[in-house]
Amino acid sequence: MESLVICECCDAAHRRTPLKPGGIARCRRCGAELYRNRPVDLDTMLALTLTGLIVFVVANTYPVIEMEVGGQRNSVLLWDAILATYDAGTGTVAIIAALSIFLLPLLQMLSFAYVLIPLRAGRVPTHFVKVMHALRAMQPWSMVEVFLIGVLVSAIKLSSDADISLGMGMWGFALLTYLLTIVTAFDLHELWDVASRRRRPA
Amino acid sequence: MRTGAELGLVSCPGCGLIYRVAGGEDGQRMYCCRCGAGLHLRKPDTLARTWALLIAAALLYLPANVMPIMFTATLFEQRADTILGGVAALWRDGAWDIAIVVFVASVVVPILKIGVLAYLLISVQRGTTLRQRERSHLFRIIEFVGHWSMLDVFVVALLVGLVHFRTFADVQPGPGAVAFAAVVVLTMLASMSFDPRLIWGRVPRTVRDRQA
Repeated sequence: MESLVICECCDAAHRRTPLKPGGIARCRRCGAELYRNRPVDLDTMLALTLTGLIVFVVANTYPVIEMEVGGQRNSVLLWDAILATYDAGTGTVAIIAALSIFLLPLLQMLSFAYVLIPLRAGRVPTHFVKVMHALRAMQPWSMVEVFLIGVLVSAIKLSSDADISLGMGMWGFALLTYLLTIVTAFDLHELWDVASRRRRPA
Repeated sequence: MRTGAELGLVSCPGCGLIYRVAGGEDGQRMYCCRCGAGLHLRKPDTLARTWALLIAAALLYLPANVMPIMFTATLFEQRADTILGGVAALWRDGAWDIAIVVFVASVVVPILKIGVLAYLLISVQRGTTLRQRERSHLFRIIEFVGHWSMLDVFVVALLVGLVHFRTFADVQPGPGAVAFAAVVVLTMLASMSFDPRLIWGRVPRTVRDRQA
């Protein structure tokens, strides 16, 4: 049954056929993507993940927006925004922001590092199964790219009343969005297959 | 074209391995031996769950749009902005391009998601076989754009964090922001619980009988 693939979107069964490099196989019935010919390169994934972790630190230690009104200056870090909404009594907003822009992206990258470093060395990490499930579950809730556009919208909203400049943190989030987009585009199913080849799964 | 269900095959939602549906006893559940995920020909209770989440989202959509998402106090004015009010303010300030982006993310996308999911649920329940490919495509679109609606919530958080000049200006979050964030989360959960394979028909009886 290795040669079969079943469309997740419409359940049509297909026989796997070899693709040219970079090619994408689509379901003949509903048009959904089935698989790609883009072998997972563990080294590239790990390099992007570790870069992402460094960029994550930069994005969270420098302000995303700086603002000046009548001689007073204010700037905002992601955490300032989260704490301010919490203090203002909208804890739901604070928790959603903390999860989707801070905690989940961080956990995503740590999880990738946890899985990739041993796999590169030819081993399967102890909690591989749990971490892989967590990666799949976290993906839709990680929203760094939405926050990035939010920063730009906020800057434009304020620009008519104050001097606004975009901070280092904003560029950090821009780069982080780019890195996360590439890393999360890898097909997790292939990591399962890599792990199966390395060792009988735990 | 044969389907997995017709062939008695099911692929693991966790890791993609393909299994033959076993003719086990009634009520016996199957789990993937590689990753432990539960195997189902279709997501369990998908219609009931999706309807419940969708109705909850639709109910909250009203307060999300009627109540202010943000209060602004300056030396000259006190203002309470709703989602549409915020879009209108951007438009008036001449930032029409950003106004369109916010309008699409905050107004078009949530309405589209609620409308499309309701349409898909109803069409599935009626067993319609029309426009199956287009409906599949619609589903993939709303899954892809779903989380972008969180844009306005993040903008409110940023403005609240940034604008607190004691004498000049202050921004506070409003209850609309909480309701709106809840709408976005609920519509995302609703589209995750919907099983798009149902667009292409139900599981044939002979196979369904083999699996509980």
